[in-house]
Amino acid sequence: MREKPFARARRAGSFGRVREDGWAAACEGDGAPRIAPSGDSSGIRAASTGDGAAAAAEGSRVATPAAAPSPSAPSLFGSRAEVLHRPRAARMGNRALTLAALALAVAALSAVVVSGALVADAATATDFSQKNLAPSWAHPFGTDWMGRDMLLRTLAGLSTSVLVGLLAAGVSAAIALVLGAAAALGGRRVDAAVTWLIDLVMGVPHIVLLILVSFALGKGALGVTVGVAVTHWPSLARVVRAEILQCRQSAFVATARKLGQGPVRIATRHMLPYVLPQFIVGLILLFPHAILHEAAITFLGFGLPPEQPAIGVILSESMGYLSAGMWWLAVFPGLALIACVLLFDGAGSSLRKLVDPHSAQE
Amino acid sequence: MLRFIARNIVKFVLLMLAVSLVTFVLVSVSPIDPVQANVGQAAYVNMSEAKRAQLAEYWGANTPLWERYASWLAAAAQGDLGTSLRYNAPVADVIAARALNSLALMATAWVASGVLGFALGILAGANRGRLVDRVVKGYCFLLASVPTFWLGLVFLIVFSVWLGWFPFGFSVPIGVAASDVTLADALRHLALPALTLSVTGVANIALHTREKTIDVLESDYVRFARARGLGTWGALRHHGLRNLALPALTLQFASISEIFGGSVLVEQVFSYPGLGQAAVTAGLGGDVALLAGIAVLSAAFVFGGNLVANVLYGAVDPRIRRGEGSGAHA
Repeated sequence: MREKPFARARRAGSFGRVREDGWAAACEGDGAPRIAPSGDSSGIRAASTGDGAAAAAEGSRVATPAAAPSPSAPSLFGSRAEVLHRPRAARMGNRALTLAALALAVAALSAVVVSGALVADAATATDFSQKNLAPSWAHPFGTDWMGRDMLLRTLAGLSTSVLVGLLAAGVSAAIALVLGAAAALGGRRVDAAVTWLIDLVMGVPHIVLLILVSFALGKGALGVTVGVAVTHWPSLARVVRAEILQCRQSAFVATARKLGQGPVRIATRHMLPYVLPQFIVGLILLFPHAILHEAAITFLGFGLPPEQPAIGVILSESMGYLSAGMWWLAVFPGLALIACVLLFDGAGSSLRKLVDPHSAQE
Repeated sequence: MLRFIARNIVKFVLLMLAVSLVTFVLVSVSPIDPVQANVGQAAYVNMSEAKRAQLAEYWGANTPLWERYASWLAAAAQGDLGTSLRYNAPVADVIAARALNSLALMATAWVASGVLGFALGILAGANRGRLVDRVVKGYCFLLASVPTFWLGLVFLIVFSVWLGWFPFGFSVPIGVAASDVTLADALRHLALPALTLSVTGVANIALHTREKTIDVLESDYVRFARARGLGTWGALRHHGLRNLALPALTLQFASISEIFGGSVLVEQVFSYPGLGQAAVTAGLGGDVALLAGIAVLSAAFVFGGNLVANVLYGAVDPRIRRGEGSGAHA
């Protein structure tokens, strides 16, 4: 989780942090020699990683600016001996890697949603000559007791789950933003009321509350979406409230106020950029919870109706066939769901690393 | 001290009122017809109009919400939680009959996940960066994404269907008189649900304890202890445990809500007759009295857990021992 600089330096090798950062800068910059003077060793390394003699020559020139720039530049230790520490392999910067991971996770999730929507019809096609088949090349996830292909059903179900999760998490985050901001800015009474509401919602187990809300709305897609939406905001609302309170007491907001800026300008120019990143990350980290709870409540029979493709429906139906040894009905859809949740989690953590100034150097 | 108690009593009563009111409102606004939901589609169609009206009366479909809530509240204040329409028995009896099963399940899982998570967290934190640490971390991150009920299904497939080590659900053997059920039978039926609940409960506490262990090992007092010649484990045992126990206890008591939620799912998977299964049945059938009873009980449970955590702070950490719980919210 949090990496201490000391440990990182130890891991990176004898040159420690300076070396690593210098190397990253040299890698990302367009001209290595221009950045080289930042560290004593950088010039030498820039030379070592250059692909030709010219680069090596220029590197050595920068590293020893006092020396006469002779074109042949015969160094003290021969042509390549000046390499003290050669990096094991050229690598991308961590931030670029994180961005790539984020893009990959988003792309994979979009692919799941789109493909799931495309195969929605094929997923419900029954073929009784193909029923109860164990996984094979023709049916990688096997087939169920009505001859439906489990891979297609799983894809369609995941697509529904992700969409319901997105919608619910979005609404939940909006509630959290409004209530959190109201608590932080609305005075003591509002703050007390919102805090009590948060305690109330958190005081009842999630599942019990979900059952109640979903039942109140007549179950179905609406019930489960609203249920997840109205039960997941408290933790994020707390974060938003704390962030705004902290921001309001900060020196830069006080300065802006003294400089005569109006409340609207302060809110949009100074508070929003401070709170928004935390909020967006919180929103994305809500998705995994939303999806898991959607599946759980559907599994219990309060969520999506049985005719709709959903992971919860697939898993709850599979329960009747487990004792007959049809393990594939439960195992693969569950694994696919876990993969989706992990993707969302990965996307959220990557985004947090990118937007959080505390981890900007990691 | 007196103020602390009084404030918590007021908070508790307010919470109970709010939870029961919310339950009644939510159940009564539901478009699901309780009569149709309980007698089934076929029976409903073949039923005479008079019979339907009689059943609707039984389920209280015609009584206004406020009247129902007021009468329930008046009775509840005297300790009568009403009659479960689904089980046709007093709610208190239904809950009492199932509470023992559920409590055994939750208590086992709560203790097991707490101890295991705490131990794994310290192990990982003390071996930071090594293989053990990476395995524990990977396990925790993975488990945080695993749905409890799916894990229960997988355990059923592996341990009950393939290996045949554990029975396939329920809390007692089938076809055995209730008086003949031994403790060993009950434990064998409890094992798999409890295992499922404990395994998923480990992740949170292990990750937090790991972070905390790393912090403790880099603190000045551990450095000083090492300078006096103590090894890592000695320093942890003599100086670390108390500091590690406080956040772990807090977390574990705060996780009661999750354990309760998890038990609802696990009981459904293993057909384990506990409170969670009763809640699902009550919810599916629109049995408002039973649902309200279980919701209130679960809220009381969570409240109690948080309260115990607040009181325990003082016992574990002398710095917060000021009698009032106010300093507890750091």
